[in-house]
Amino acid sequence: MAQTLTARVWREQPQRYRMIANRDRETGRVYFPPRLAAPGNLEAEFEEVQLSGRGTVATFTVIRVAPTPYADLAPYALALVETEEGAKLMCQITDVDPEQVEIGMPVEFEFRRLFDDNEASVIYYGYKAVPV
Amino acid sequence: MSVGIVGWGCKLPRHRIKLETIADVWGAHAPSFKKGLLLYEKSVPNADEDVITLSTTAARRALMRAGIDPRKIGALYIGSESHPYAVKPSGTVVAEAIGCGHDVHSADYEFACKAGSEAMYVAHSHVKAGEMVYAVGIGADTSQGAPGDALEYSASAGAAAFIIGKENVVATIDYTHSWMSDTPDFWRREHEHYPQHGGRFTGEPAYFRTTLGCANALLEKSGMKPGDFDFCVFHQPNGKFPMKVAKMLGFDTKGPGFETGWLTPWLGNTYSGASPIGLTAILDIAKPGDRIFMVSYGSGAGSDGFIFTVTDAISELQDKAPHTRPQLDENKRYLSYGQYAKFRHKILRNS
Repeated sequence: MAQTLTARVWREQPQRYRMIANRDRETGRVYFPPRLAAPGNLEAEFEEVQLSGRGTVATFTVIRVAPTPYADLAPYALALVETEEGAKLMCQITDVDPEQVEIGMPVEFEFRRLFDDNEASVIYYGYKAVPV
Repeated sequence: MSVGIVGWGCKLPRHRIKLETIADVWGAHAPSFKKGLLLYEKSVPNADEDVITLSTTAARRALMRAGIDPRKIGALYIGSESHPYAVKPSGTVVAEAIGCGHDVHSADYEFACKAGSEAMYVAHSHVKAGEMVYAVGIGADTSQGAPGDALEYSASAGAAAFIIGKENVVATIDYTHSWMSDTPDFWRREHEHYPQHGGRFTGEPAYFRTTLGCANALLEKSGMKPGDFDFCVFHQPNGKFPMKVAKMLGFDTKGPGFETGWLTPWLGNTYSGASPIGLTAILDIAKPGDRIFMVSYGSGAGSDGFIFTVTDAISELQDKAPHTRPQLDENKRYLSYGQYAKFRHKILRNS
């Protein structure tokens, strides 16, 4: 498989490591990952927001045939989670039997290994959801 | 102004494997192991958990309790013998993930199972010296035990984090002591997957001589005796050793004073996390005025000893983050040996 660009992942550390989002000062809408422009307003002004780390499952699917970096984790639930601040983000739900995942299930985010390219590569970390 | 713990946090994985499950695979007699070592089950890290992730969650929980600005943290140390990288620090990832900023002194420690208490010891020394406002010491491991070896029944995973400071201290650090000797009872050479050990040599002289050496020196330094303490916690490679060493020193091993921090029978040996995680379980329920006696042990060999006095400030912080004992007792997911072997990368596959 292609090698992940370490520099790209490094630039995303504020989101991946600390769940830094941003809020449109005019509409109050929270975006994650942070946006440079709001839909319909290219000149929107934003402020940085630290997500609380809690949310609920908006919808999900169960991955049984996973891409190579996640093959050892299958089967797992991949969910769209709505955070307490109203942002929606896609992530794995870990530490749970995927058959037990339900829409509306409360979750919190934990720092986990996301993937690596091989046993000699950099290890990439970020957030996953776990059941509360 | 007293220096001590201002926040503590623990993270235990949810997965477990029962001792019988391991014994069945290797044809061992489970009741003998359970009786001989006082071990019943152990934690297993998920495939997406390692020392860095466990340390980060433990440190975040310590921050939830301390309520401090993480940018005031001047040092962050992680003690472990299972750092994910051979070359690249674990501490930098954790420091970035908890928002310390960049003006931080960070180092990864290794000293077998006492690397976590080393991190606490150095963090305490920095704050006591006035070099920084806060310092973090973490003990964490995803321990290795070779398939079929006695260590496989105990090697487990978990992390404990402590923020050391001078303001709003919940447990003052009154006395410390370290004791060491060159005693090669357990080791792992470069590029080896699993550690080797000296069998019964790991008990006497290694564990007992070292732990008693530190504990007795700490008691002498403080002028205190076992009866002066409300809680004690020792390194716990199995359930039996800490109980025996506590009895040898004169601590009462029946009741919460010993049992609160005695987690190994159900958690396994979390190596660098062992006595630090026991300490978090004690802090979760301790009352103002309680005195705590802690002695770690790391093969090779050495012990770090601490005497803590709990302050009035502890009550408000105890419920601000998850307690340790419920993490041990609730939401458990039991694994088969095959699942465990896959999670712990014990299966040889085509690359």
